[in-house]
Amino acid sequence: MHEASSHLLSVRNLKIEATSYPPGEPAKRITIVDDVSFDLAKGKVLGLIGESGAGKSTIGLAALGYGRGGAEITGGEVKLDGTDILQLGKGGIRKLRGARVCYVAQSAAAAFNPAHKLGDQVIEATVKHRLMSKEEARSRALYLFQVLGLPNPETFGDRFPHQVSGGQLQRAMTAMALCSKPDLIVFDEPTTALDVTTQIDVLAAIKHAIEETDTAALYITHDLAVVAQISDDIMVLRHGKMVEYGPVQEIIEAPRQDYTRALVNVRQAAREEAVDQTEAVLRVDHVSAQYSNGFKVLHDVSLHLCKGQTLAVVGESGSGKSTLARVITGLLAPSSGAITFEGRPLTPLLKSRPRDDLRRIQLIYQMADTAMNPRQTVRDIIGRPLTFYDGLRGSAKTARVKELLDQIEMGTGFIDRYPAELSGGQKQRVAIARALAARPELILCDEPTSALDPLVAEGILKLLMKLQEEQQLSYLFITHDIAIVKAIADSVAVMHRGKLVRFGPKSQALSPPFDDYTDLLLKSVPEMQLGWLEKVLATRRMESAGN
Amino acid sequence: MRLREIPITAWVGLFGIALALFCALFAPWISPYGETEVVGNVWQEADAQFFFGLDNLGRDILSRLIFGARTTLIVALAATVISFSLGIILSFTAAVSGGLVDTVFSRFNDLMMSIPTLIFALVVLAVLPQHLIVLILVMAILDSTRVYRLGRAVALDVAVMEFVEAAKLRGEGKIWIIFREILPNTLSPLLAEFGLRFAFAILFLSTLSFLGLGIQPPTADWGGMVKDNKDGIIFGIPAALVPGTAIAALAVCVNLVVDWLLKRTSSLKGGRGDA
Amino acid sequence: MSNSTEAGGSPARSLRERFPLLSIIAQRMVLSLILLLAVSALIFGGVEALPGDFASTYLGQSATPEAVANITAELGLDRPLVTRYFDWLGGVLQGDFGTSWASRNSVSEQVGNRLGNSLFLAAFAAVIAVPLAICLGMLSVHFRDRIPDKIINVISLAAISLPEFFVGYLLILYFAVNFGIATFPATVYQGMGFLERLQTIALPTATLVLVVLAHMMRMTRAAILSVMSSAYMETAELKGLSGWRAIVKHAAPNALAPIINVVALNLAYLVVGVVVVEVVFVYPGMGQYMVDAVTVRDMPVVQACGLIFAAVYILLNMLADILAIIANPRLRHPR
Repeated sequence: MHEASSHLLSVRNLKIEATSYPPGEPAKRITIVDDVSFDLAKGKVLGLIGESGAGKSTIGLAALGYGRGGAEITGGEVKLDGTDILQLGKGGIRKLRGARVCYVAQSAAAAFNPAHKLGDQVIEATVKHRLMSKEEARSRALYLFQVLGLPNPETFGDRFPHQVSGGQLQRAMTAMALCSKPDLIVFDEPTTALDVTTQIDVLAAIKHAIEETDTAALYITHDLAVVAQISDDIMVLRHGKMVEYGPVQEIIEAPRQDYTRALVNVRQAAREEAVDQTEAVLRVDHVSAQYSNGFKVLHDVSLHLCKGQTLAVVGESGSGKSTLARVITGLLAPSSGAITFEGRPLTPLLKSRPRDDLRRIQLIYQMADTAMNPRQTVRDIIGRPLTFYDGLRGSAKTARVKELLDQIEMGTGFIDRYPAELSGGQKQRVAIARALAARPELILCDEPTSALDPLVAEGILKLLMKLQEEQQLSYLFITHDIAIVKAIADSVAVMHRGKLVRFGPKSQALSPPFDDYTDLLLKSVPEMQLGWLEKVLATRRMESAGN
Repeated sequence: MRLREIPITAWVGLFGIALALFCALFAPWISPYGETEVVGNVWQEADAQFFFGLDNLGRDILSRLIFGARTTLIVALAATVISFSLGIILSFTAAVSGGLVDTVFSRFNDLMMSIPTLIFALVVLAVLPQHLIVLILVMAILDSTRVYRLGRAVALDVAVMEFVEAAKLRGEGKIWIIFREILPNTLSPLLAEFGLRFAFAILFLSTLSFLGLGIQPPTADWGGMVKDNKDGIIFGIPAALVPGTAIAALAVCVNLVVDWLLKRTSSLKGGRGDA
Repeated sequence: MSNSTEAGGSPARSLRERFPLLSIIAQRMVLSLILLLAVSALIFGGVEALPGDFASTYLGQSATPEAVANITAELGLDRPLVTRYFDWLGGVLQGDFGTSWASRNSVSEQVGNRLGNSLFLAAFAAVIAVPLAICLGMLSVHFRDRIPDKIINVISLAAISLPEFFVGYLLILYFAVNFGIATFPATVYQGMGFLERLQTIALPTATLVLVVLAHMMRMTRAAILSVMSSAYMETAELKGLSGWRAIVKHAAPNALAPIINVVALNLAYLVVGVVVVEVVFVYPGMGQYMVDAVTVRDMPVVQACGLIFAAVYILLNMLADILAIIANPRLRHPR
């Protein structure tokens, strides 16, 4: 207790529980957060990191005395300047929220009220808590808009949420949190929903604003490289329990726990690229495509992929990388250009392709959840291509399904499970097995690991590499993650706004001289390195000064 | 699915429906008198012999109520089944085909729905001959527009899911996609909708009969019985309220079951379920 | 969203982008007009194309071939369908719905009086039902999943299952016959005082209110609940706003559009509900007129009433659409 006065926020033995209602089963009590303790000094930043379900957001919200979706704080204490806020009662908590402790949500687009101007929403809590007059709050908001680097700060507040971009909204939400000059801000994955080149700007703005206003912060994220740039301390969480807690340097450079070590080292691997053979399994020649409303999504894209190799297609949302996959599969006919598969031209539309062509090209989706029929068992899901393409039935089919389950390193015991009974990684493995069942030549992988936690994702990547080696598979791997590209690719294609800006063997594509976009993209990817953000920002300043 | 989890309200509903079905199936054996048999005075009061009293022609109301269950249930059920099959087949075809088929079907459906059902039925029944089959078909076709709208929405929800796309990529035909991929995932909401449409069919049939455009006398049906006995109301004779209560009770029972099905559907979202 | 900024260029497009609200509203109005035209064709053409010989129906028992030929010529039924349709439509646009076969009176005259009566009844019911339904809906949300909500839920579930005529006769039996505090039948005539008129239609109004209330209340509840569960309501709570301010300032502006929609949809429903209620209470409105005409197969009257009911229904739906569009901040404040 003696330390309570020296810390702004002091959490002791926090326990948070919720009641879950699984369908068809009696309701049960689950523990979301168990025995978590930490301290946060004034003006410092603590990073809370963990995979989904680690309880990190729940802990963050506990600092506002709030339980989302029926979560209840059932034990421990949360002391702010020595007062346990859990004992404050409704009125006391309300005085605290939006005044001394503020919250920045993951999706600012949903968290802002569409019916009011941004400026009014930014100052609302500050004015309502009688911390400032309306005029003072407005000038504070203007100052914050400037600090956060928002365009036209004088008029920014007159806009409605739907009138500004996602990155700007996220910064506006940070301004809203900072407006009341709070002691503590809880950032709940504020950059996760953003593109990587936008993320770096928002990250820099948040870091600058925190330093400028000397506010303490809890920064919640699943990305260790991000949190390393902004935190003083880091707490690693797993399954609601603390794994490791210490200064950021210790965690990044000398992790003590296996789990932390795995997180730090994840995707450090780099693959030796194979030589570019002349004979390509897939060749895309001058392909353009547009939606039925006339909006052009692909402009004159040409690339190729050699047998047994991996081509990584990199780009941000809206770059046309997924559209490229849709064109190759025949879901969207190209408006011009041609696609050659194993030396023969592919019919543009799916409907007119022979079944054997369909069999040879398989697609693995980002969301295994929606890619599998929830009413079918693993046996049905993997077995259908076997029946459909090869006419396998009965025991022959079962034997082959079991064989495939073996290949994806899942036991045959899963054969009668439904997708809802599998974990995220297991679902993606079943999706891979479904693709393998067709005995394909080419597998299009549409960000198959981006929805997964880092360690699970790594397992999937290793599996894909192993299968490639065993079966001479060719992958067209769509991703936005440069680390994955380094780990698995032989050749790389960078896409931006529907155009191919760079294509070639990995060693060439990822080394200078760069075009502007690839340069920006590569520099925006957070690296697991202290001071990386400062370094990038410094380079940028130098470059703009040089111009 | 355990019986214990069915809420008491749903049990009440299921019991009511079962009772009506029982009456409909075994009407000739359980009703004390004949459907059109005159057994006493006009609007004779209820006593031990005539449980609900006699109607405007001196027929036993209880017996007519039991026979009426048969007519009302058969017609309503037939209309619902036809309307449902029609609506689902057309809507699923539209959702899976997309493009021109979808546009044409949907615009025509919008047109049909822009005329209130009852008004549409009145206009059509004014022209068509009075016949049971005609009545059932008119009810079914008008109601199928509602089924179509829901069916299309539900099917589109599922049709844009990636597992349907995966099936298309595999080269599966439309029949497989509709029956194996989409239908199993839409059963719960569709089942609830079936109940809702059935309740509506009972009410609609009764309303038409009450207006003299539904089932024609002397066949007993609940809406028609209200019409037969409505003049008694001003003399304080509640004979018209007995069939009225039966209609209301059956509709309530169906709605109670539907309410439970809907709640189950929403709690199952994303889950597996055994339905 | 990005494509709208990249595209554009032609003047028509930029006009649409600058005034999206007006252009969408204009679009809805034109659409409703087209729909109305299609409905008129459907009602006229459908009626004529369906099996059943008008002339024989018209003459009933005395249908000798000669008489049929005479009457066919007299009613102009021997002319082509399209010609007759445009004649009819032209008349309708000038307020002339033709002559009733049964009474030989002008349909427009009858419709004029009766439409006013029907709308008066529906409007009176709406004035009571709308505020009541919204209040009950809010109450239900406020006590969500607690006893008052559950009671309201069960009662409203029962209420939507009651046929209009059952509610009507129940009210008549108790209030008019047993207690004698209300009048039956609800006969109104021209020159009747306003208050007297209100008193006369008390029971039919009560019936309509009961029938439409449950629907409207359940839909209001669902609309408010969906707003209350949105992320910006959590933001309001995490800003430390009072529950009252959160509801007034953050929930209300967003719940407005769906509630307006609910109300307008139920008004449309109300207009149809009038038909049965009028028959029950022998109220001289459009509904009774139409049902009588259907029973004797008086086609001009059936067509006129069908078209008018459909028109009111379409207009109310259009109004719902337009109000919902106006209440949508995204469309009110374009990018």
